[in-house]
Amino acid sequence: MSRMKTFPLPTESNDQEQKSGHRGCLLLMLALYSNPKWLSVVRGTVERLTETLGFPAVQVRSITRAVDEALTNIVRHSYGNRPDQPIAMYFRKTQRGHDGAVQQGLEILLCDQGSAVDMNKLRGRPLKQIRPGGLGLHWIRQAMDTVEFTRKGPTNQLRLVKYLTRTSNTP
Amino acid sequence: MQISARRHDKTTIFDVSGDIDFANSPEVRQSVLREIREIRASRVVMNLSQVRYIDSSGVASLIEGLKASRDLGSRFILIGLSAPAREVLQLSRLIKVFEIYDNEEQALAT
Repeated sequence: MSRMKTFPLPTESNDQEQKSGHRGCLLLMLALYSNPKWLSVVRGTVERLTETLGFPAVQVRSITRAVDEALTNIVRHSYGNRPDQPIAMYFRKTQRGHDGAVQQGLEILLCDQGSAVDMNKLRGRPLKQIRPGGLGLHWIRQAMDTVEFTRKGPTNQLRLVKYLTRTSNTP
Repeated sequence: MQISARRHDKTTIFDVSGDIDFANSPEVRQSVLREIREIRASRVVMNLSQVRYIDSSGVASLIEGLKASRDLGSRFILIGLSAPAREVLQLSRLIKVFEIYDNEEQALAT
């Protein structure tokens, strides 16, 4: 590797959930290059992290799948399959008020500095169509409570949030 | 991910193990399409019993195999779906689209 690249920092969100919610501490940060060989490493990390935070097994798998698909989208679409571009991932605690109780959750930010994403391509495709492609976005939306894409300056940021259904757990 | 092929007459059986993701799904896709389009196998069987993970690009490779076999009048069969493979096909509402059997014996008997 000839020169260390600058990894993108997260941008602040303007959404209402973030304003009313609580931004917790950073749990983990990953900085990696856009080589697909790192996908399995990230999956392993997300699996262990979500298990440790108390997510049930089915959600451990779905959150891991969502992150994997999101990362693949960055590699493919944002960086056009170039394997040497910087990606930063931030895993933070979050919480919200829900049905009169505090609900703990995990916020995942995926940041890259690739080309701007065409929002029309973020819609996925109808599941009744039997053709390759477009499934990843469905899986991301099925898995997460919040899926929010923003671009500020040169940085694309995908914010994924999943809340624990049991309020007694503290991530 | 590892993929290997066994051939019996006009049937090809692929044994796939490990994680199928964007890093290696092109290899799966290429192997499957070659068998269907160039080797002209009349029946391609994918043994997914040892698959630990499959992402959307892996599922897309299976859909491409299915479509290519339909175009050429051959059969594309999945066997021994591991729990992760079954889960993503159900999530994608594709479980009824594919011809699926529990094991190799059942697939070869049809």
